[in-house]
Amino acid sequence: MALLQIAEPGESAAPHEHRLAVGIDLGTTNSLVATVRSGMSVVLNDERGRPLLPSIVRYAAGGEIEVGYAAQSHQASDPRNTIVSAKRFMGRGRKDIAHIEMLPYDFIDAEGMVKLKTAQGIKSPVEVSAEVLKALRSRAEASLGGELTGVVITVPAYFDDAQRQATKDAARLAGLNVLRLLNEPTAAAIAYGLDNGAEGVYAVFDLGGGTFDISILRLSKGVFEVMATGGDSALGGDDFDHRVFCWIIEQAGLMPLSPHDVRLLQVRAREAKEYLSQHGEAPITVKLGSGEYVDLTLTTDIFTEITRTLVQKTLVPTRKALRDAGLAAEDIKGVVMVGGATRMPQIQHAVGEFFRQEPLNNLDPDKVVALGAAIQANLLAGNRAAGDDWLLLDVIPLSLGLETMGGLVEKVIPRNSTIPIARAQEFTTYKDGQTALAVHVVQGERELVSDCRSLARFELRGIPPMVAGAARIRVSFQVDADGLLSVTAREQTTGHEARIEVKPSYGLSDDEIAAMLKDSFSHASDDAFRRALREAQVEAQRLIEAVQSALKEDAELLSAPERSHIDNAIVRLQAAIMGDDRRAIDQAMDALSKGTNEFAARRMNKSVSKALSGRKIDEVGFDA
Amino acid sequence: MSACTTTENATAAPQAAPAGWQGAERASPVTLSARAADHIARFLAKRGKGIGIRLGVRTSGCSGMAYKLEFADSPNPEDIEFSSHGVKVLVDPKSLPYLAGTELDYAREGLNEGFKFNNPNVKDACGCGESFNV
Repeated sequence: MALLQIAEPGESAAPHEHRLAVGIDLGTTNSLVATVRSGMSVVLNDERGRPLLPSIVRYAAGGEIEVGYAAQSHQASDPRNTIVSAKRFMGRGRKDIAHIEMLPYDFIDAEGMVKLKTAQGIKSPVEVSAEVLKALRSRAEASLGGELTGVVITVPAYFDDAQRQATKDAARLAGLNVLRLLNEPTAAAIAYGLDNGAEGVYAVFDLGGGTFDISILRLSKGVFEVMATGGDSALGGDDFDHRVFCWIIEQAGLMPLSPHDVRLLQVRAREAKEYLSQHGEAPITVKLGSGEYVDLTLTTDIFTEITRTLVQKTLVPTRKALRDAGLAAEDIKGVVMVGGATRMPQIQHAVGEFFRQEPLNNLDPDKVVALGAAIQANLLAGNRAAGDDWLLLDVIPLSLGLETMGGLVEKVIPRNSTIPIARAQEFTTYKDGQTALAVHVVQGERELVSDCRSLARFELRGIPPMVAGAARIRVSFQVDADGLLSVTAREQTTGHEARIEVKPSYGLSDDEIAAMLKDSFSHASDDAFRRALREAQVEAQRLIEAVQSALKEDAELLSAPERSHIDNAIVRLQAAIMGDDRRAIDQAMDALSKGTNEFAARRMNKSVSKALSGRKIDEVGFDA
Repeated sequence: MSACTTTENATAAPQAAPAGWQGAERASPVTLSARAADHIARFLAKRGKGIGIRLGVRTSGCSGMAYKLEFADSPNPEDIEFSSHGVKVLVDPKSLPYLAGTELDYAREGLNEGFKFNNPNVKDACGCGESFNV
């Protein structure tokens, strides 16, 4: 007998047509799956009642694949074949991965994304993630008693196209139908926003084990909009553990330690931190390998003192995200806490003080993202109640643009634009008779292509030969609801079109994103100068080419001294282009323009007389 | 979705109510198990609105009839109301004959959990029990 759930009034599904949908929080350390049951979002536990699935996959030499706790138990004994935190490698090239030399894996730098050599052959991070997703899928199908219609998978707001695409590929590999990728903070806001029916501007403060993310969201009339994101990819609960670990060593005067003792103390440090979230002081007693005893008491005051700078560090990106959104702390109506590390009273207190209000924390911070994803999945699968048909807006983390002449970036979609979005801009040809246009899609905030990240290149061919600047080429950027980009270039007169789905060969690390953003601010004036210089260089080059093509056609209009005067001016301008003195370029351009004035006038006369020769005055038509 | 199989041919709803249901009406015609009532009360509280639940049947599915299990926000004038373990249960009069004597239970089967109709009127059901015949 099938087990039924309570439906909304009038929404009972026909038999065998229940649309089973789940939300998946595919985390770096742990993953969860949740669903909406009888109107309530719940996390689905495994057969032993555990909500979390460690995001760990082991490719054992014997041929079996273990996922979750089973794999975790081999982390120490079989590190090479036990893949931890595959999420960090999704859509990343070898050089995108921080501290790759510290990781125990055999990396192979494959095209586009690193791969890992295991006892069962070469595995890509997509395959590893697919194993985690498969485990969650079978848990969900056992829990819901049927095949899944679709899933919503959450990704960090800063994930770029490559990372999102890799996540979608992993889902496909796991046999899941992805209804949508959803930004993690947005999912958390859904879990709170809908359940509590609150509207306004919210901050989502997500302090996980190893990363910190802050997002500013606007919720109004049931529409979610991500206004800004920021964070620190090297700040998390682990850093607090480390401070306690260092404090133990300092207090007990220990050093050096065996690797076993280091691990033991790290575990004790974390336990003490977690104990302090509920109690005033935490006893730390450890027997070391040497037989030495450590017996200390960590009080809340000491803990607060030794972690003060870490707490302060979370507020720096928070301030910046607020600034990006053009808001002050007072404008924030509520703060959603996500991630286990936000259980620390010190964090709760600092966040409360910064925003001058108690943060929202009545949902489990480890589960809130999955719970929100489940609500979204339930709606997208078509199990919506009347009045629930709201839109969901996300944001792109870095500006998207095109390379123009001189290696400059023309931004087409500015960062923090809400998605889905489509923007088009017109471009033209640079040379006479140019029949093809190279389109180079880049991502980043800087003015020069060389400082941004290259996403894709393609060519539009079949442009009819025209003089420079006459062709009209419309380039459209479209970012779909999952944050994936497609670019189309279309020559307007002929309708010739070329397009590309951007599956960039390399991903950006969030470190890089942060660094690129920082760069764009600190280099603002430098960039402005370089932009002006490049523009002058491009302009000068264009002038030289125009003069040269005119010289080729009408050389007979010039006397020898006139010709050598113009040639000299060209040489001087060419020399100026090579340098970085913009004024010199301007002066040389001026000289060349002046030097060719007379030549241009003669050419004009020549073409007019050619057009008029042999025609009567009344044929010419004065209104033409 | 699992395939739907039935040992007998699917038939339309019977013309007359099954014998004996009138007797059952005087006792409580439809009851909730304590566990089911607990879960319903919790879901209602979480949902934040609703006066109770509505049970019913409708003709559909491959074995003739299917259960309806929904939150109720307001009673319909013709509804038959009763209470079980403190939870208000609404049943429309047309459905009642097919449900008389039914107990709604909340069950756990492996990882799956949900509501289950223990309906004495059912003659045969499709393989998965989602639709049935009286």
